[in-house]
Amino acid sequence: MSGLRVERVGPLATIQDLGRPGWFESGVGTAGAADRASLRLANRLVGNPEGAAGVEVLLGGLELLAERHATVAVTGAAAPITVDDRPMGSASVLEMEEGQRLRLGFAATGLRVYVAVRGGVEVAPVLGSRSRDTLSGIGPEPLRAGDVLPLGPPPRDWPIVDVAPVPALGGDLLTLRAMPGPRADWFADAAALFAGEWTVSSETDRIGARLDRRTGPTLRRSVSGELPTEGMALGSVQVPPSGQPVVFLADHPITGGYPVIAVVVDADVDAVAQARPGQPLRFRRLE
Amino acid sequence: MTDPEQSETAGEVRAAGDRALLVIPPLHAMIAELVSALRPRPAGVVDVLPAAETVLVTLASPAAAEQVRKHLRALLARLDAAARVGVGDRSLPERPIATLGGDDIAAEPLVIPVRYDGADLAEVARLLGLTPEQVIAEHTGTVWRCAFVGFAPGFGYLESPDGRLTVPRRTQSRTAIPAGAVALAGGYSAVYPRESPGGWQLIGTTDLTMWQVDREPPALVRAGSRVRFLDVGVRA
Repeated sequence: MSGLRVERVGPLATIQDLGRPGWFESGVGTAGAADRASLRLANRLVGNPEGAAGVEVLLGGLELLAERHATVAVTGAAAPITVDDRPMGSASVLEMEEGQRLRLGFAATGLRVYVAVRGGVEVAPVLGSRSRDTLSGIGPEPLRAGDVLPLGPPPRDWPIVDVAPVPALGGDLLTLRAMPGPRADWFADAAALFAGEWTVSSETDRIGARLDRRTGPTLRRSVSGELPTEGMALGSVQVPPSGQPVVFLADHPITGGYPVIAVVVDADVDAVAQARPGQPLRFRRLE
Repeated sequence: MTDPEQSETAGEVRAAGDRALLVIPPLHAMIAELVSALRPRPAGVVDVLPAAETVLVTLASPAAAEQVRKHLRALLARLDAAARVGVGDRSLPERPIATLGGDDIAAEPLVIPVRYDGADLAEVARLLGLTPEQVIAEHTGTVWRCAFVGFAPGFGYLESPDGRLTVPRRTQSRTAIPAGAVALAGGYSAVYPRESPGGWQLIGTTDLTMWQVDREPPALVRAGSRVRFLDVGVRA
C-alpha cells in the first residue's frame, strides 16, 4: 500500500479526526483534533469531508514523502512549509508528486499544525474514530519515522479554492469567552477568574492547558469539602487545591473531582489548544 | 400540579459551558432513572455521563441547549413527583431493581469470577470488623450496580444497594495495580481494566478482560450494568 511515508517526526504527531462522541458509557472521551477549526479548514481545502482524518503536529518537524501523487493542505500554527525545499503557503492547496517531500519547520506562533491529505488518512478506525486519545491510549499510535499513512479514495468534491486567508495565530494577549461553571458557587469570588491576566504554563498538552496567574486575585474556595466525582465538559476550567486552573482540552478525563469555576465556550476551545507556554490570556465572562 | 419550570424541589440543571448541561437531581438514587430516561438520546443530546451525584449531558450544538434544558427539567419534575407519590417523602419508592438503570438491566447480572487473593483483604476485614471469609461472603452476596464509569475506559464504579463494604482508600496509593484487580474504596467496588496506578484496597483478581477495544461493546461493565461476583475458591 502506498501513501505518505513518514520520514521524520518532531515532538509529537498524531492522527486525528473530529473524535469519537457517544462512548461516555464505556468511559471513553471524545478526543479528536485539539484545534478542530484548523483540521476542518485543511480538509475543506483538499475537498475532503470536514471530519476526515489528518495529522496533528505539535510545533512542527514533520517530514512526509509522497509515494504517489497527493493533494495536501497545512493549517494551524505557522510552521514554515516546504515541498522539495520550495517554500509554500499555509492554508493553501499543495500538489505533491511521487517522490516529493513535505517538510514542516517549527512554528514561531501557535502550537499545533494540521496536515490534511485528499482522501484522508485511512487507518483502521477504533470505536468509530481515527483519533489518538493520548489519555486512554485508544486509537492509532503516534506517528514514527517509517510509518506509511494509507490514503482513502479521493472524495467526489474537488478543492474549490487555492488558498484560504486565515488570520495568523499571534503570541499576544488572548481573550477567551467563558461561562460561569457548574461549581462557580464553590468559590469565594468566582469573578476572580475574569479579573486580570493568566499565562499558559509549560504544562500544556492534549489533555489540558494549565494556567499561571500573571496579574489579578487568586482563586479561593469557599467550600472546602471534596467534590464527588462528576462529568467534565470540554473547555472546563477546573481548579485543584493549588488554585492553578486547568482548561480541559480534547483528551481530558471525562470525570473529575475538582470544582469547575467556568467553562470556555466551544468556539474558543480551539484557541486554547493553540496557546503556547508563556502566552498571556484573559477570560471574558459570557452568560 | 406544579409547573416543572417553576419547581424548586426537583433538582437543578446547570450550564457547563455552551455545549453541556450538568443535571443535579434532588436524590442520588434518581441518577439511574435519569440515565434510563435519556436513552434513546433526545434530539440535540450527544452523550450522557452519570457520576456520583450528577449527570453530564453533552449537546450537539449551543442552539440545542434551551430545548434540552426544558426536557431535563420536565424529566426531573416527573421523577421527583413519582418519588413523592411513592412513599410520601424524599426517598425513591421500593421497586424491583429490574426497572432501574440501563438497557441491559433486565438481563441477568454479569458474573465476575474472582480469586480472593488481594493484598488488602486482611486490612479490609480489619477495617470492617469482619473476617476475610465474611468480606468475601458480603462481596459475593449482593448484586452490584455500575453507577458510573470513569478514571479509565471500562473502570466502573459499582455500588451495592445497602452500601456494604464501605472502606476508605489506602493512605498510600500504589504505582502499579495489575489489570483484573478487584478492589474496594469509598463505598464502591471496581475491577481495574488495565494496569494503572491506584489507591483502592485490593481484595482479589479476575481473569475476565474488562476492557477490549475491538469487542462490541468494549467495556464489560457500563453505567447501569449489574454485576455479581463469584468466589472461585482459590486463596492467596
